[in-house]
Amino acid sequence: MSVLIYASHDGGKFPKSVLELASYAFALANKTGGQVTALVTGNPVGPELDKLGKSGVSKILLTPEPMGPAFDNRAYAALLASAAQASGASCVLFSDGAISRAVAPRVAVRLQAGYAAGVMGLPESIEPFRIRRSVFTGKAYGFVEITSPVKVMILARNSWQIAETPVACTIENFIPGITAPEAGFEVVKVEEQTGAIRLQDAEVVVSGGRGLKSGDNWKILEDLAGSLGAAMACSRPVADEGWRPHQEHVGQTGKVIAPNLYFACGISGAIQHIGGISSSRVIVAINKDPEAPIFQFARFGIVGDLFQVLPALTQAIKKLKSE
Amino acid sequence: MKILVCMSVVPDTTTQIRFKPDMNSLETSGIQWIINPWDELALTRALEIREQPDSGVTQVSVIHIGLKDADPVIQKALAVGADSAYRVNVAAAGAMEVACQLSEVVKKEHFDLVIAGHDSADYNGSAVGEMLAELLDWISFSSICSLAAAKDSITIEREMDTRTETIIAHPPCVITIQKGIAKDPRIPSLRGIMGARSKPLLQLEPIPCAGSAAFVKFENPAQRSKCRMIDPAKPEELVELLRNEANV
Ligand SMILES: Cc1cc2nc3c(=O)[nH]c(=O)nc-3n(C[C@H](O)[C@H](O)[C@H](O)COP(=O)(O)OP(=O)(O)OC[C@H]3O[C@@H](n4cnc5c(N)ncnc54)[C@H](O)[C@@H]3O)c2cc1C
Repeated sequence: MSVLIYASHDGGKFPKSVLELASYAFALANKTGGQVTALVTGNPVGPELDKLGKSGVSKILLTPEPMGPAFDNRAYAALLASAAQASGASCVLFSDGAISRAVAPRVAVRLQAGYAAGVMGLPESIEPFRIRRSVFTGKAYGFVEITSPVKVMILARNSWQIAETPVACTIENFIPGITAPEAGFEVVKVEEQTGAIRLQDAEVVVSGGRGLKSGDNWKILEDLAGSLGAAMACSRPVADEGWRPHQEHVGQTGKVIAPNLYFACGISGAIQHIGGISSSRVIVAINKDPEAPIFQFARFGIVGDLFQVLPALTQAIKKLKSE
Repeated sequence: MKILVCMSVVPDTTTQIRFKPDMNSLETSGIQWIINPWDELALTRALEIREQPDSGVTQVSVIHIGLKDADPVIQKALAVGADSAYRVNVAAAGAMEVACQLSEVVKKEHFDLVIAGHDSADYNGSAVGEMLAELLDWISFSSICSLAAAKDSITIEREMDTRTETIIAHPPCVITIQKGIAKDPRIPSLRGIMGARSKPLLQLEPIPCAGSAAFVKFENPAQRSKCRMIDPAKPEELVELLRNEANV
Protein backbone atom coordinates (compact mmCIF):
# COMPACT_ATOMS: atom_id res chain seq x y z
CA MET A 1 0.00 0.00 0.00
CA SER A 2 1.64 3.30 -0.94
CA VAL A 3 1.18 5.98 1.63
CA LEU A 4 1.12 9.77 1.34
CA ILE A 5 1.72 11.78 4.49
CA TYR A 6 1.16 15.47 4.95
CA ALA A 7 4.35 16.67 6.65
CA SER A 8 3.29 20.00 8.13
CA HIS A 9 5.88 22.15 9.83
CA ASP A 10 6.11 25.11 12.17
CA GLY A 11 8.22 27.75 10.44
CA GLY A 12 10.39 25.17 8.68
CA LYS A 13 10.74 22.66 11.53
CA PHE A 14 8.92 19.35 11.64
CA PRO A 15 7.26 18.79 15.01
CA LYS A 16 7.58 15.46 16.79
CA SER A 17 4.09 14.47 15.66
CA VAL A 18 5.16 14.56 12.00
CA LEU A 19 8.19 12.36 12.63
CA GLU A 20 5.92 9.93 14.50
CA LEU A 21 3.64 10.02 11.48
CA ALA A 22 6.52 9.28 9.10
CA SER A 23 7.61 6.32 11.24
CA TYR A 24 4.06 5.02 11.39
CA ALA A 25 3.61 5.43 7.64
CA PHE A 26 6.85 3.49 7.06
CA ALA A 27 5.64 0.63 9.25
CA LEU A 28 2.30 0.56 7.40
CA ALA A 29 3.90 0.71 3.97
CA ASN A 30 6.39 -1.97 4.96
CA LYS A 31 3.69 -4.31 6.20
CA THR A 32 1.70 -3.95 2.99
CA GLY A 33 4.51 -3.62 0.44
CA GLY A 34 4.69 0.03 -0.55
CA GLN A 35 6.55 3.28 -0.09
CA VAL A 36 6.04 6.52 1.76
CA THR A 37 5.73 9.87 0.00
CA ALA A 38 5.56 13.11 1.98
CA LEU A 39 3.95 16.33 0.81
CA VAL A 40 5.78 19.38 2.14
CA THR A 41 4.58 22.93 1.52
CA GLY A 42 6.75 26.03 1.68
CA ASN A 43 10.45 25.78 2.16
CA PRO A 44 12.00 23.80 5.02
CA VAL A 45 15.77 23.63 4.58
CA GLY A 46 17.79 20.53 3.67
CA PRO A 47 18.70 19.19 7.14
CA GLU A 48 15.04 19.27 8.15
CA LEU A 49 14.04 17.39 5.00
CA ASP A 50 16.75 14.80 5.78
CA LYS A 51 14.85 13.94 8.94
CA LEU A 52 11.99 12.61 6.83
CA GLY A 53 14.32 10.27 4.93
CA LYS A 54 15.72 9.03 8.21
CA SER A 55 12.20 8.14 9.31
CA GLY A 56 11.39 6.13 6.21
CA VAL A 57 10.13 8.63 3.63
CA SER A 58 11.28 7.63 0.10
CA LYS A 59 10.04 10.65 -1.77
CA ILE A 60 9.32 14.25 -0.86
CA LEU A 61 6.93 16.31 -2.96
CA LEU A 62 7.88 19.93 -2.41
CA THR A 63 5.30 22.53 -3.31
CA PRO A 64 4.74 26.24 -2.65
CA GLU A 65 2.17 27.20 0.00
CA PRO A 66 -1.18 27.05 -1.80
CA MET A 67 -1.86 30.64 -0.87
CA GLY A 68 -0.61 33.55 1.18
CA PRO A 69 -1.09 33.99 4.87
CA ALA A 70 -4.78 33.06 4.86
CA PHE A 71 -5.16 29.37 5.43
CA ASP A 72 -7.92 28.09 3.16
CA ASN A 73 -9.20 24.59 3.90
CA ARG A 74 -10.33 24.14 0.30
CA ALA A 75 -6.98 24.98 -1.23
CA TYR A 76 -5.10 22.56 1.04
CA ALA A 77 -7.65 19.83 0.46
CA ALA A 78 -7.34 20.25 -3.30
CA LEU A 79 -3.55 20.17 -3.02
CA LEU A 80 -3.50 17.02 -0.92
CA ALA A 81 -6.02 15.21 -3.08
CA SER A 82 -3.96 16.11 -6.14
CA ALA A 83 -0.74 14.86 -4.50
CA ALA A 84 -2.48 11.64 -3.47
CA GLN A 85 -3.51 11.02 -7.06
CA ALA A 86 -0.11 11.97 -8.46
CA SER A 87 1.71 9.61 -6.09
CA GLY A 88 -0.82 6.80 -6.50
CA ALA A 89 -1.37 6.66 -2.75
CA SER A 90 -3.99 4.33 -1.40
CA CYS A 91 -3.61 5.75 2.07
CA VAL A 92 -3.36 9.46 3.01
CA LEU A 93 -2.18 10.09 6.54
CA PHE A 94 -2.19 13.17 8.76
CA SER A 95 -0.83 13.90 12.22
CA ASP A 96 -3.42 15.23 14.65
CA GLY A 97 -3.93 18.99 14.90
CA ALA A 98 -6.21 21.84 13.90
CA ILE A 99 -4.97 21.93 10.30
CA SER A 100 -5.40 18.19 9.78
CA ARG A 101 -8.89 18.23 11.25
CA ALA A 102 -9.74 21.08 8.89
CA VAL A 103 -8.39 19.44 5.76
CA ALA A 104 -8.50 15.63 6.05
CA PRO A 105 -12.31 15.22 5.95
CA ARG A 106 -12.42 17.30 2.76
CA VAL A 107 -9.68 15.18 1.20
CA ALA A 108 -11.74 12.08 2.04
CA VAL A 109 -14.75 13.52 0.19
CA ARG A 110 -12.62 14.45 -2.82
CA LEU A 111 -11.02 11.01 -3.06
CA GLN A 112 -14.23 9.17 -2.19
CA ALA A 113 -12.22 7.62 0.59
CA GLY A 114 -13.30 6.11 3.88
CA TYR A 115 -12.15 8.25 6.78
CA ALA A 116 -11.01 7.60 10.34
CA ALA A 117 -9.57 10.08 12.85
CA GLY A 118 -7.51 9.31 15.94
CA VAL A 119 -6.35 5.89 14.75
CA MET A 120 -3.97 3.98 17.00
CA GLY A 121 -1.59 1.26 15.90
CA LEU A 122 -1.29 -0.63 12.63
CA PRO A 123 -4.44 -2.09 11.07
CA GLU A 124 -5.69 -5.27 12.72
CA SER A 125 -6.16 -6.67 9.23
CA ILE A 126 -5.54 -5.32 5.72
CA GLU A 127 -8.22 -7.36 3.89
CA PRO A 128 -10.70 -6.22 5.08
CA PHE A 129 -9.01 -3.05 6.25
CA ARG A 130 -9.72 -2.72 9.98
CA ILE A 131 -8.15 -0.17 12.26
CA ARG A 132 -8.53 0.73 15.93
CA ARG A 133 -9.38 4.13 17.34
CA SER A 134 -10.63 5.53 20.56
CA VAL A 135 -14.34 6.34 20.97
CA PHE A 136 -16.58 7.86 23.63
CA THR A 137 -13.84 10.34 24.52
CA GLY A 138 -11.35 7.74 25.65
CA LYS A 139 -13.85 5.47 27.41
CA ALA A 140 -13.65 2.67 24.82
CA TYR A 141 -12.12 1.59 21.50
CA GLY A 142 -13.79 0.85 18.21
CA PHE A 143 -12.59 -0.90 15.06
CA VAL A 144 -13.43 0.91 11.84
CA GLU A 145 -13.67 -1.08 8.65
CA ILE A 146 -12.84 0.93 5.54
CA THR A 147 -14.01 -0.56 2.26
CA SER A 148 -12.96 2.09 -0.27
CA PRO A 149 -9.75 1.68 -2.32
CA VAL A 150 -8.32 4.87 -0.78
CA LYS A 151 -8.23 5.54 2.97
CA VAL A 152 -7.77 8.89 4.72
CA MET A 153 -6.72 8.77 8.36
CA ILE A 154 -5.46 10.96 11.19
CA LEU A 155 -2.99 9.28 13.56
CA ALA A 156 -3.69 9.78 17.29
CA ARG A 157 -1.22 11.94 19.16
CA ASN A 158 1.66 10.27 20.89
CA SER A 159 0.52 6.82 19.78
CA TRP A 160 3.57 5.75 17.76
CA GLN A 161 7.27 5.77 18.63
CA ILE A 162 9.67 7.54 16.30
CA ALA A 163 12.03 4.97 14.77
CA GLU A 164 15.27 5.37 12.84
CA THR A 165 14.52 3.68 9.52
CA PRO A 166 16.69 5.52 6.99
CA VAL A 167 15.87 5.06 3.30
CA ALA A 168 17.08 6.72 0.11
CA CYS A 169 14.96 9.81 -0.26
CA THR A 170 14.42 11.84 -3.42
CA ILE A 171 13.01 15.35 -3.55
CA GLU A 172 10.74 16.43 -6.38
CA ASN A 173 9.08 19.74 -7.05
CA PHE A 174 5.38 19.20 -7.24
CA ILE A 175 3.14 21.52 -9.22
CA PRO A 176 -0.47 20.56 -8.60
CA GLY A 177 -2.94 21.16 -11.42
CA ILE A 178 -5.31 23.21 -9.30
CA THR A 179 -6.46 26.79 -9.34
CA ALA A 180 -6.81 28.63 -6.07
CA PRO A 181 -10.45 29.10 -5.09
CA GLU A 182 -11.83 32.58 -4.66
CA ALA A 183 -11.27 33.53 -1.05
CA GLY A 184 -14.64 34.74 0.21
CA PHE A 185 -13.04 35.80 3.46
CA GLU A 186 -10.24 37.92 4.82
CA VAL A 187 -7.95 37.52 7.78
CA VAL A 188 -7.94 40.84 9.62
CA LYS A 189 -5.72 39.97 12.56
CA VAL A 190 -3.15 37.29 13.41
CA GLU A 191 -1.75 36.55 16.83
CA GLU A 192 1.21 34.19 16.75
CA GLN A 193 1.63 31.96 19.78
CA THR A 194 5.14 32.29 20.97
CA GLY A 195 7.26 31.36 23.95
CA ALA A 196 5.34 28.96 26.12
CA ILE A 197 5.44 25.26 25.36
CA ARG A 198 2.39 24.23 23.39
CA LEU A 199 0.08 22.05 25.41
CA GLN A 200 -0.69 19.52 22.68
CA ASP A 201 2.97 18.89 21.86
CA ALA A 202 4.25 18.81 25.43
CA GLU A 203 5.96 15.69 26.78
CA VAL A 204 5.14 16.67 30.34
CA VAL A 205 2.03 18.53 31.50
CA VAL A 206 1.37 19.99 34.94
CA SER A 207 -2.32 20.55 35.56
CA GLY A 208 -4.23 22.24 38.36
CA GLY A 209 -7.82 22.01 39.54
CA ARG A 210 -10.15 23.65 41.97
CA GLY A 211 -7.97 22.29 44.78
CA LEU A 212 -5.63 25.25 44.21
CA LYS A 213 -8.41 27.44 45.65
CA SER A 214 -7.59 30.61 43.68
CA GLY A 215 -5.87 31.82 40.53
CA ASP A 216 -3.36 33.60 42.77
CA ASN A 217 -1.95 30.28 43.97
CA TRP A 218 -0.62 29.15 40.62
CA LYS A 219 3.02 29.98 41.36
CA ILE A 220 3.68 26.60 43.03
CA LEU A 221 2.35 24.90 39.91
CA GLU A 222 4.38 27.14 37.60
CA ASP A 223 7.48 26.34 39.61
CA LEU A 224 6.88 22.61 39.25
CA ALA A 225 6.27 23.04 35.50
CA GLY A 226 9.42 25.14 35.24
CA SER A 227 11.54 22.47 36.92
CA LEU A 228 10.31 19.87 34.41
CA GLY A 229 10.06 22.00 31.27
CA ALA A 230 6.37 21.17 31.27
CA ALA A 231 3.33 22.84 29.72
CA MET A 232 0.47 24.01 31.95
CA ALA A 233 -3.12 22.75 31.88
CA CYS A 234 -6.19 23.00 34.10
CA SER A 235 -9.63 21.56 34.78
CA ARG A 236 -12.75 23.18 33.38
CA PRO A 237 -13.95 25.02 36.53
CA VAL A 238 -10.52 26.66 36.73
CA ALA A 239 -10.90 28.06 33.21
CA ASP A 240 -14.55 28.97 33.82
CA GLU A 241 -13.55 30.95 36.93
CA GLY A 242 -10.98 32.77 34.83
CA TRP A 243 -8.12 31.57 37.04
CA ARG A 244 -6.37 30.34 33.89
CA PRO A 245 -6.85 31.01 30.13
CA HIS A 246 -9.33 28.73 28.39
CA GLN A 247 -6.59 27.38 26.08
CA GLU A 248 -5.33 25.41 29.10
CA HIS A 249 -8.62 23.64 29.78
CA VAL A 250 -8.34 19.89 29.12
CA GLY A 251 -11.12 17.33 29.03
CA GLN A 252 -14.25 16.41 27.15
CA THR A 253 -15.08 20.04 26.36
CA GLY A 254 -11.50 21.29 26.23
CA LYS A 255 -8.30 19.97 24.68
CA VAL A 256 -7.55 16.28 24.42
CA ILE A 257 -3.90 15.60 25.16
CA ALA A 258 -1.61 12.58 25.39
CA PRO A 259 1.68 13.53 27.06
CA ASN A 260 4.17 11.04 28.46
CA LEU A 261 3.61 12.41 31.95
CA TYR A 262 0.57 14.21 33.36
CA PHE A 263 0.46 15.70 36.87
CA ALA A 264 -3.09 16.17 38.18
CA CYS A 265 -2.87 18.51 41.18
CA GLY A 266 -6.03 19.21 43.17
CA ILE A 267 -8.15 17.62 40.43
CA SER A 268 -10.87 15.19 41.52
CA GLY A 269 -10.81 13.14 38.31
CA ALA A 270 -14.36 13.66 36.99
CA ILE A 271 -15.08 11.45 33.99
CA GLN A 272 -15.25 14.51 31.70
CA HIS A 273 -11.77 15.52 32.80
CA ILE A 274 -10.38 12.00 32.32
CA GLY A 275 -11.72 12.01 28.74
CA GLY A 276 -9.11 14.60 27.84
CA ILE A 277 -6.10 12.94 29.47
CA SER A 278 -6.70 9.19 29.54
CA SER A 279 -4.18 8.54 26.76
CA SER A 280 -1.35 10.01 28.85
CA ARG A 281 1.33 7.38 29.39
CA VAL A 282 1.86 8.04 33.10
CA ILE A 283 -0.55 9.96 35.32
CA VAL A 284 0.53 11.25 38.72
CA ALA A 285 -2.20 12.43 41.11
CA ILE A 286 -1.73 14.73 44.06
CA ASN A 287 -4.88 15.12 46.13
CA LYS A 288 -5.74 15.41 49.81
CA ASP A 289 -8.72 13.09 49.44
CA PRO A 290 -7.64 9.40 49.30
CA GLU A 291 -11.03 8.54 47.82
CA ALA A 292 -10.72 10.98 44.88
CA PRO A 293 -11.54 9.14 41.61
CA ILE A 294 -8.34 10.44 40.01
CA PHE A 295 -6.41 7.73 41.90
CA GLN A 296 -8.24 5.07 39.87
CA PHE A 297 -6.58 6.41 36.74
CA ALA A 298 -3.20 7.38 38.14
CA ARG A 299 -0.09 5.23 38.10
CA PHE A 300 1.45 7.08 41.05
CA GLY A 301 -0.36 9.01 43.77
CA ILE A 302 0.39 11.21 46.74
CA VAL A 303 -2.33 11.82 49.32
CA GLY A 304 -1.54 15.16 50.87
CA ASP A 305 -1.94 18.91 50.88
CA LEU A 306 -0.70 20.18 47.54
CA PHE A 307 0.45 23.46 49.10
CA GLN A 308 3.12 21.42 50.90
CA VAL A 309 3.63 18.55 48.47
CA LEU A 310 4.19 20.61 45.31
CA PRO A 311 7.04 22.83 46.60
CA ALA A 312 8.75 19.77 48.11
CA LEU A 313 8.40 17.89 44.82
CA THR A 314 9.83 20.83 42.88
CA GLN A 315 12.80 20.88 45.26
CA ALA A 316 13.37 17.15 44.82
CA ILE A 317 13.32 17.49 41.03
CA LYS A 318 15.73 20.43 41.07
CA LYS A 319 18.04 18.54 43.37
CA LEU A 320 18.09 15.49 41.11
CA LYS A 321 18.66 17.64 38.03
CA SER A 322 21.61 19.43 39.61
CA GLU A 323 23.27 16.13 40.54
CA MET B 1 -29.21 35.12 7.57
CA LYS B 2 -30.55 31.66 8.35
CA ILE B 3 -28.49 29.53 10.72
CA LEU B 4 -28.58 25.74 10.93
CA VAL B 5 -26.99 24.05 13.95
CA CYS B 6 -26.02 20.40 13.47
CA MET B 7 -26.83 18.35 16.49
CA SER B 8 -25.80 14.88 17.50
CA VAL B 9 -27.46 13.08 20.38
CA VAL B 10 -25.02 11.33 22.69
CA PRO B 11 -24.98 9.46 26.01
CA ASP B 12 -24.77 11.72 29.04
CA THR B 13 -21.09 12.45 29.67
CA THR B 14 -21.09 10.51 32.97
CA THR B 15 -22.36 7.30 31.31
CA GLN B 16 -20.38 4.16 31.82
CA ILE B 17 -19.97 2.84 28.29
CA ARG B 18 -20.98 -0.80 27.79
CA PHE B 19 -21.49 -2.80 24.63
CA LYS B 20 -23.88 -5.59 23.65
CA PRO B 21 -22.50 -9.11 24.35
CA ASP B 22 -21.33 -9.51 20.73
CA MET B 23 -19.38 -6.21 21.12
CA ASN B 24 -20.84 -4.95 17.85
CA SER B 25 -22.89 -2.06 19.18
CA LEU B 26 -23.51 0.12 22.19
CA GLU B 27 -25.70 -1.21 25.00
CA THR B 28 -28.25 1.58 25.06
CA SER B 29 -30.44 0.41 27.94
CA GLY B 30 -30.40 2.81 30.85
CA ILE B 31 -28.59 5.55 28.90
CA GLN B 32 -29.66 9.15 29.41
CA TRP B 33 -29.35 10.95 26.05
CA ILE B 34 -28.26 14.58 25.75
CA ILE B 35 -27.46 17.15 23.06
CA ASN B 36 -23.77 16.75 22.23
CA PRO B 37 -22.07 19.34 24.51
CA TRP B 38 -20.32 21.15 21.64
CA ASP B 39 -23.53 21.38 19.63
CA GLU B 40 -25.32 22.74 22.67
CA LEU B 41 -22.72 25.52 22.90
CA ALA B 42 -23.10 26.21 19.17
CA LEU B 43 -26.86 26.54 19.63
CA THR B 44 -26.38 28.80 22.64
CA ARG B 45 -24.19 31.16 20.64
CA ALA B 46 -26.52 31.12 17.62
CA LEU B 47 -29.43 32.11 19.87
CA GLU B 48 -27.43 34.87 21.55
CA ILE B 49 -26.64 36.31 18.12
CA ARG B 50 -30.22 36.12 16.90
CA GLU B 51 -31.29 38.18 19.92
CA GLN B 52 -28.99 41.03 18.91
CA PRO B 53 -31.07 43.47 16.81
CA ASP B 54 -28.41 44.23 14.20
CA SER B 55 -27.10 40.71 13.65
CA GLY B 56 -29.30 40.09 10.62
CA VAL B 57 -30.11 36.57 11.85
CA THR B 58 -33.72 35.72 11.08
CA GLN B 59 -33.85 32.05 11.93
CA VAL B 60 -31.99 29.46 14.02
CA SER B 61 -32.87 25.84 13.31
CA VAL B 62 -31.35 22.57 14.48
CA ILE B 63 -30.95 19.35 12.55
CA HIS B 64 -30.31 15.80 13.66
CA ILE B 65 -29.69 12.78 11.46
CA GLY B 66 -31.16 9.84 13.34
CA LEU B 67 -34.20 7.91 14.44
CA LYS B 68 -37.34 8.92 16.28
CA ASP B 69 -36.04 8.11 19.77
CA ALA B 70 -33.96 11.31 19.54
CA ASP B 71 -37.08 13.50 19.40
CA PRO B 72 -37.24 14.24 23.16
CA VAL B 73 -33.65 15.56 22.99
CA ILE B 74 -34.44 17.60 19.89
CA GLN B 75 -37.41 19.05 21.80
CA LYS B 76 -34.95 20.42 24.32
CA ALA B 77 -33.24 22.43 21.58
CA LEU B 78 -36.63 23.90 20.68
CA ALA B 79 -37.33 24.59 24.35
CA VAL B 80 -34.18 26.68 24.77
CA GLY B 81 -35.09 28.78 21.74
CA ALA B 82 -34.45 27.17 18.34
CA ASP B 83 -37.19 28.18 15.89
CA SER B 84 -37.57 24.84 14.19
CA ALA B 85 -35.97 21.43 13.94
CA TYR B 86 -35.35 18.85 11.24
CA ARG B 87 -34.71 15.18 11.69
CA VAL B 88 -33.68 13.02 8.76
CA ASN B 89 -34.99 9.60 9.60
CA VAL B 90 -32.02 7.30 9.11
CA ALA B 91 -29.44 5.58 11.30
CA ALA B 92 -26.28 6.81 9.57
CA ALA B 93 -23.24 4.53 9.74
CA GLY B 94 -20.60 7.25 9.60
CA ALA B 95 -19.67 10.91 9.16
CA MET B 96 -19.88 10.74 5.36
CA GLU B 97 -23.48 9.54 5.41
CA VAL B 98 -24.41 12.24 7.95
CA ALA B 99 -22.76 14.99 5.89
CA CYS B 100 -24.50 13.75 2.74
CA GLN B 101 -27.97 13.91 4.36
CA LEU B 102 -27.18 17.35 5.80
CA SER B 103 -26.10 18.74 2.44
CA GLU B 104 -29.48 17.90 0.96
CA VAL B 105 -31.39 19.81 3.65
CA VAL B 106 -29.02 22.78 3.60
CA LYS B 107 -29.53 23.17 -0.16
CA LYS B 108 -33.31 22.68 -0.10
CA GLU B 109 -33.91 25.01 2.83
CA HIS B 110 -31.40 27.68 1.76
CA PHE B 111 -29.41 28.05 4.96
CA ASP B 112 -26.57 30.59 4.93
CA LEU B 113 -24.53 29.55 7.92
CA VAL B 114 -24.15 25.99 9.19
CA ILE B 115 -22.54 25.42 12.57
CA ALA B 116 -21.16 22.06 13.64
CA GLY B 117 -19.45 21.02 16.86
CA HIS B 118 -15.76 20.22 17.02
CA ASP B 119 -16.43 16.63 17.91
CA SER B 120 -19.25 14.31 18.85
CA ALA B 121 -18.95 12.80 22.32
CA ASP B 122 -19.90 9.35 21.01
CA TYR B 123 -17.76 8.33 18.05
CA ASN B 124 -15.50 11.39 18.07
CA GLY B 125 -15.30 11.64 14.29
CA SER B 126 -14.90 15.43 14.11
CA ALA B 127 -15.42 15.35 10.37
CA VAL B 128 -19.04 16.22 9.61
CA GLY B 129 -18.65 20.00 9.25
CA GLU B 130 -15.76 19.85 6.80
CA MET B 131 -17.26 16.99 4.79
CA LEU B 132 -20.47 18.96 4.48
CA ALA B 133 -18.59 22.05 3.29
CA GLU B 134 -16.76 20.00 0.67
CA LEU B 135 -20.01 18.46 -0.57
CA LEU B 136 -21.58 21.93 -0.83
CA ASP B 137 -18.39 23.46 -2.22
CA TRP B 138 -18.58 26.15 0.48
CA ILE B 139 -15.82 27.87 2.37
CA SER B 140 -15.40 26.60 5.91
CA PHE B 141 -13.57 27.41 9.09
CA SER B 142 -12.77 25.05 11.91
CA SER B 143 -11.46 25.46 15.49
CA ILE B 144 -13.63 28.56 15.88
CA CYS B 145 -13.66 30.01 19.38
CA SER B 146 -15.73 33.16 18.83
CA LEU B 147 -18.54 34.17 16.49
CA ALA B 148 -20.36 37.45 15.80
CA ALA B 149 -22.69 38.32 12.93
CA ALA B 150 -23.56 41.58 11.16
CA LYS B 151 -26.11 41.46 8.30
CA ASP B 152 -24.25 39.66 5.53
CA SER B 153 -20.94 38.85 7.19
CA ILE B 154 -19.62 37.01 10.21
CA THR B 155 -16.57 37.72 12.32
CA ILE B 156 -14.88 34.68 13.78
CA GLU B 157 -11.75 33.78 15.67
CA ARG B 158 -9.92 30.68 14.53
CA GLU B 159 -7.34 28.91 16.67
CA MET B 160 -4.86 27.21 14.37
CA ASP B 161 -1.97 25.08 15.59
CA THR B 162 0.34 27.99 16.31
CA ARG B 163 -1.75 31.13 15.95
CA THR B 164 -5.13 32.74 16.43
CA GLU B 165 -6.68 34.56 13.49
CA THR B 166 -9.58 36.98 13.33
CA ILE B 167 -11.50 36.48 10.10
CA ILE B 168 -14.35 38.26 8.37
CA ALA B 169 -16.24 35.88 6.13
CA HIS B 170 -19.23 36.13 3.87
CA PRO B 171 -21.70 33.27 4.08
CA PRO B 172 -22.66 30.82 2.80
CA CYS B 173 -20.17 28.92 4.90
CA VAL B 174 -19.76 26.15 7.43
CA ILE B 175 -18.03 26.72 10.74
CA THR B 176 -16.91 24.09 13.23
CA ILE B 177 -16.79 25.45 16.75
CA GLN B 178 -14.75 24.57 19.82
CA LYS B 179 -14.21 25.79 23.36
CA GLY B 180 -14.80 29.48 23.99
CA ILE B 181 -17.72 30.00 21.60
CA ALA B 182 -20.24 30.34 24.45
CA LYS B 183 -20.03 29.89 28.17
CA ASP B 184 -22.90 27.97 29.71
CA PRO B 185 -25.63 26.21 27.79
CA ARG B 186 -29.17 27.47 28.33
CA ILE B 187 -31.59 25.67 30.60
CA PRO B 188 -35.12 25.35 29.23
CA SER B 189 -37.74 27.37 31.10
CA LEU B 190 -41.23 26.04 31.73
CA ARG B 191 -42.54 28.50 29.16
CA GLY B 192 -39.92 27.34 26.70
CA ILE B 193 -40.90 23.71 27.21
CA MET B 194 -44.58 24.50 26.64
CA GLY B 195 -43.77 26.64 23.59
CA ALA B 196 -41.58 23.92 22.05
CA ARG B 197 -44.62 21.72 21.50
CA SER B 198 -46.03 24.10 18.94
CA LYS B 199 -42.75 24.58 17.06
CA PRO B 200 -42.13 22.53 13.91
CA LEU B 201 -40.07 19.35 14.23
CA LEU B 202 -40.00 18.11 10.65
CA GLN B 203 -39.25 14.51 9.93
CA LEU B 204 -37.62 14.11 6.51
CA GLU B 205 -36.97 10.90 4.62
CA PRO B 206 -33.31 10.20 3.74
CA ILE B 207 -31.80 10.43 0.29
CA PRO B 208 -29.53 7.56 -0.86
CA CYS B 209 -26.05 8.16 0.62
CA ALA B 210 -23.17 5.70 0.57
CA GLY B 211 -20.22 5.68 2.91
CA SER B 212 -17.23 3.41 3.12
CA ALA B 213 -16.20 3.48 6.78
CA ALA B 214 -18.16 1.90 9.60
CA PHE B 215 -17.53 0.48 13.06
CA VAL B 216 -17.53 -3.29 13.13
CA LYS B 217 -16.68 -3.99 16.76
CA PHE B 218 -15.80 -2.35 20.05
CA GLU B 219 -13.54 -2.96 23.00
CA ASN B 220 -13.48 -1.78 26.60
CA PRO B 221 -10.13 -0.46 27.80
CA ALA B 222 -7.86 -2.84 29.70
CA GLN B 223 -7.98 -2.57 33.49
CA ARG B 224 -5.53 0.02 34.66
CA SER B 225 -2.86 -1.18 37.02
CA LYS B 226 -3.33 -0.11 40.61
CA CYS B 227 -2.12 3.30 41.68
CA ARG B 228 1.11 3.16 43.65
CA MET B 229 0.92 5.45 46.68
CA ILE B 230 3.88 7.49 47.79
CA ASP B 231 4.52 9.02 51.20
CA PRO B 232 3.94 12.79 50.94
CA ALA B 233 7.01 13.32 53.08
CA LYS B 234 9.20 11.57 50.49
CA PRO B 235 8.73 13.32 47.16
CA GLU B 236 12.21 12.16 46.07
CA GLU B 237 10.79 8.64 45.92
CA LEU B 238 8.32 9.76 43.27
CA VAL B 239 11.06 11.47 41.31
CA GLU B 240 13.12 8.26 41.34
CA LEU B 241 10.15 6.16 40.27
CA LEU B 242 9.35 8.49 37.41
CA ARG B 243 12.91 8.36 36.24
CA ASN B 244 13.48 4.64 36.56
CA GLU B 245 10.14 2.93 36.14
CA ALA B 246 8.24 5.37 33.99
CA ASN B 247 11.27 6.39 31.97
CA VAL B 248 10.60 10.10 32.12
C1 LIG C 1 -20.96 18.23 29.78
C2 LIG C 1 -19.82 18.42 30.73
C3 LIG C 1 -18.54 18.61 30.21
C4 LIG C 1 -17.45 18.80 31.08
N1 LIG C 1 -16.21 18.96 30.53
C5 LIG C 1 -15.14 19.06 31.35
C6 LIG C 1 -13.81 19.17 30.83
O1 LIG C 1 -13.61 19.22 29.61
N2 LIG C 1 -12.77 19.24 31.68
C7 LIG C 1 -12.94 19.23 33.03
O2 LIG C 1 -11.93 19.28 33.74
N3 LIG C 1 -14.17 19.15 33.56
C8 LIG C 1 -15.27 19.07 32.75
N4 LIG C 1 -16.52 19.02 33.30
C9 LIG C 1 -16.65 19.25 34.75
C10 LIG C 1 -16.38 18.01 35.58
O3 LIG C 1 -17.59 17.30 35.73
C11 LIG C 1 -15.88 18.42 36.98
O4 LIG C 1 -16.81 19.28 37.58
C12 LIG C 1 -14.52 19.10 36.97
O5 LIG C 1 -13.58 18.38 36.20
C13 LIG C 1 -14.00 19.23 38.38
O6 LIG C 1 -12.83 20.01 38.39
P1 LIG C 1 -11.77 19.88 39.55
O7 LIG C 1 -11.30 18.50 39.63
O8 LIG C 1 -10.77 20.96 39.34
O9 LIG C 1 -12.60 20.32 40.85
P2 LIG C 1 -13.22 19.47 42.02
O10 LIG C 1 -14.03 18.35 41.51
O11 LIG C 1 -13.84 20.44 42.94
O12 LIG C 1 -11.97 18.81 42.70
C14 LIG C 1 -11.03 19.50 43.47
C15 LIG C 1 -10.12 18.46 44.07
O13 LIG C 1 -9.07 19.11 44.77
C16 LIG C 1 -8.79 18.41 45.97
N5 LIG C 1 -8.18 19.36 46.90
C17 LIG C 1 -8.76 20.44 47.49
N6 LIG C 1 -7.86 21.09 48.26
C18 LIG C 1 -6.69 20.42 48.17
C19 LIG C 1 -5.40 20.60 48.74
N7 LIG C 1 -5.12 21.61 49.55
N8 LIG C 1 -4.44 19.71 48.43
C20 LIG C 1 -4.71 18.66 47.60
N9 LIG C 1 -5.90 18.45 47.03
C21 LIG C 1 -6.88 19.32 47.31
C22 LIG C 1 -10.13 17.87 46.42
O14 LIG C 1 -9.95 16.73 47.22
C23 LIG C 1 -10.81 17.55 45.07
O15 LIG C 1 -10.57 16.19 44.69
C24 LIG C 1 -17.63 18.82 32.48
C25 LIG C 1 -18.92 18.64 32.99
C26 LIG C 1 -20.00 18.43 32.14
C27 LIG C 1 -21.35 18.22 32.74
